[in-house]
Amino acid sequence: MSILDKHVIFERNATLLLVGSLFVVTIGGIVEIAPLFYLENTIEKVEGMRPYSPLELAGRDIYIREGCYTCHSQMIRPFRDEVERYGHYSLAAESMYDHPFQWGSKRTGPDLARVGDRYSNEWHVQHLIEPRSVVPESVMPSYAFLKETPLEVTNVGMHLSANRAVGVPYSDEMIENAEADLKAQADPNADTSGVEARYPKAKFGDFDGDPAKLTEMDALVAYLQMLGTLVDFSTYDDASGYR
Amino acid sequence: METYTAMRHFADSWGLLAMTLFFLGVVLFVFRPGARKIADEAAAIPLKED
Amino acid sequence: MKYTTETIVLAVGAFVALLGAAFAQDRLFEAHMWVLFFVLLASTVFMLRRVSFAPAGGVKPADDPEGYFDEVVKYGVIATVFWGVVGFLVGVVVASQLAFPDLNIEPWFNFGRMRPLHTSAVIFAFGGNALIATSFYVVQRTSRARLFGGNLGWFVFWGYQLFIVMAATGYLLGITQSREYAEPEWYVDLWLTIVWVAYLVAFLGTIIKRKEPHIYVANWFFLSFIVTIAMLHVVNNLAIPVSFLGSKSYSAFSGVQDALTQWWYGHNAVGFFLTAGFLGMMYYFIPKQVNRPVYSYRLSIIHFWALIFMYIWAGPHHLHYTALPDWAQTLGMVFSVMLWMPSWGGMINGLMTLSGAWDKIRTDPIVRMMVMAVAFYGMATFEGPMMSIKAVNSLSHYTDWTIGHVHSGALGWNGLITFGAIYYLVPKLWKRQRLYSIRMVNWHFWLATLGIVVYAAVMWVAGIQQGLMWREYDEQGFLVYSFAETVTAMFPYYVMRAIGGGLFLLGAIIMAYNVTMTILGYERDEAPIPGAQPALQPAE
Repeated sequence: MSILDKHVIFERNATLLLVGSLFVVTIGGIVEIAPLFYLENTIEKVEGMRPYSPLELAGRDIYIREGCYTCHSQMIRPFRDEVERYGHYSLAAESMYDHPFQWGSKRTGPDLARVGDRYSNEWHVQHLIEPRSVVPESVMPSYAFLKETPLEVTNVGMHLSANRAVGVPYSDEMIENAEADLKAQADPNADTSGVEARYPKAKFGDFDGDPAKLTEMDALVAYLQMLGTLVDFSTYDDASGYR
Repeated sequence: METYTAMRHFADSWGLLAMTLFFLGVVLFVFRPGARKIADEAAAIPLKED
Repeated sequence: MKYTTETIVLAVGAFVALLGAAFAQDRLFEAHMWVLFFVLLASTVFMLRRVSFAPAGGVKPADDPEGYFDEVVKYGVIATVFWGVVGFLVGVVVASQLAFPDLNIEPWFNFGRMRPLHTSAVIFAFGGNALIATSFYVVQRTSRARLFGGNLGWFVFWGYQLFIVMAATGYLLGITQSREYAEPEWYVDLWLTIVWVAYLVAFLGTIIKRKEPHIYVANWFFLSFIVTIAMLHVVNNLAIPVSFLGSKSYSAFSGVQDALTQWWYGHNAVGFFLTAGFLGMMYYFIPKQVNRPVYSYRLSIIHFWALIFMYIWAGPHHLHYTALPDWAQTLGMVFSVMLWMPSWGGMINGLMTLSGAWDKIRTDPIVRMMVMAVAFYGMATFEGPMMSIKAVNSLSHYTDWTIGHVHSGALGWNGLITFGAIYYLVPKLWKRQRLYSIRMVNWHFWLATLGIVVYAAVMWVAGIQQGLMWREYDEQGFLVYSFAETVTAMFPYYVMRAIGGGLFLLGAIIMAYNVTMTILGYERDEAPIPGAQPALQPAE
């Protein structure tokens, strides 16, 4: 049988077809994705990045739960207009502790990568309760229920442990103090020195305007207020991040 | 960086050539005159019955 | 007693769900387990009633064990029509929410929870059921063998419906991984993996026991779709759950790696779920409906291998100018542009199958629907590579242009080819002379086409305007528009888009009526389409 006729075997063998197509579709993924895990220039070294504090992480989980990523990106591209509108373009290192990433794919609303410190806590709370009372053009849904929903504070340590299992450097001390740290960060009367040492640059105090209650609004606003604030761009050297 | 540069050079030169030749080989192979009958047979499968 | 084991397994499953609810570690998991409990309980009760109502004496003639297993295909067709209408309806609702934000009903029906519901309902519930039903139909016919695995086909069908219900209720409750088109959480993902492996076994088993020497090209596409989706699903959903009795998990990857893994998945959900699988449909139903073999079988071989090889590289074009390394972006762009060729290979093959029977476009609305589907496929696969060019993408990314592109592909290609397949299948499966009404198919065709054209055109204008407004500078070098102003500018487009989607939905409702009446055995008394053959199909 000539070599040309062997094609028939291929066309007629189901297992071969299965293995062949699986092989063909694996190549691209391996060549593109695998190098990202070991090429050292994928993520540049940047000062200031740290894991999320327990309260910020809880806020981030609410951000994910509500599908904020369907309308808001967290990825500023290196264009003049984006940098002027939103701030310094996003660095790979800035999402190195993001499991999962929240870069988004659509801007029905503005980019949020550097929304932290841009508005007051009161503005955020009012905006989340009734968006059109502060931005009349907005088409954002109302999230008033966040202020009425108490934040679930059970298993906080387990959330940190799960993050550690996928590579976020939470220390034993951070995991042990997780629940206390979460409560302290949103309590204006608490001693926050421990939290501050563990999570530098964390924001403290009552976020939702109701010091008596720890709500989901507290967590979400704490998360929004820290977005993009960890890296100090007055000392960041752009050339070091060139890829 | 070293690995990356080497891989990139390979992909731009020999890798590209090998893939192009492979592709042309596959095209010639599939369109070889002897394959017409097999292809016509296979194409008729859906029309055979219900 | 038939289905005893199945009934017991369902009852045990319901009990386990109840335990899950009782010991849940968080509120959302508890709510979700209650949903699961009631679904499984209702199924158990249904199965029990089915069993007890079976007549004692005369055993109902079982499904012919030698013939084709078509019962599950019938269910699949009905599910496709049902989920299609649901998915399109949710689409019209979310489109309206963007124009009129007061339509958001917090917390469950806010846009952020409804949009994943819409995308999943259309892609996985409508598209997935269409793929399962047609692949089971096609693989049996082209292999001349009964579906492998006995009741495995039923498990695949009902298991997949359970996946849909759990995913959909999860979104509304707020259970999501935020990975686009892969939002369901870890336990729902595990369930889908089991169902998918069963699907692969049933499909591959049928091919292996076929009586036909060749494996027909449609089956190549279906098989590569099933295998690749399995790979993508498993890798992209790698995550560590916080607790085995909790809904939350954290992705195994972070930042850049996570983004590329997600879009490697996301793009190939388009490439394999919405392209390869539906090309399998095209390669069977177009030749059947026009009654002539595919234009070039050998072209189909080449474009098959080229398509599956190249698609997998194209993911990074979703991440142009992000923090993803440049080399990966360039690679993604180059392969996306090259992908244009194998895509058009498929389009040419589909269109040219009509050569010598072009008059059928005029006389047979089902053929017209299929041809329009292939035309939209060609258009979307030209637009896609164009948008993947970095310079174009810098304008189009983050805007509604992307949304328009997706919909010309999803509504035009996936929607119309599925409708064509359904109109072909329903009379065949239920052994009717013809559809209830051919003229209604015509109405459906024009409503759908008009809807898509309105939708896509409006989104082009909206997206390009939005992109240009974001980057517009005045003479002093200041940005001209605040973000809020660009939102206001979108209002008329969002209204028109909702109208376009509404037309498409209306067409689907007409289809649902037409299909229902056909199944019930009615034939509408109507004048035939001018020039058409009499209702009888050619002898087969």
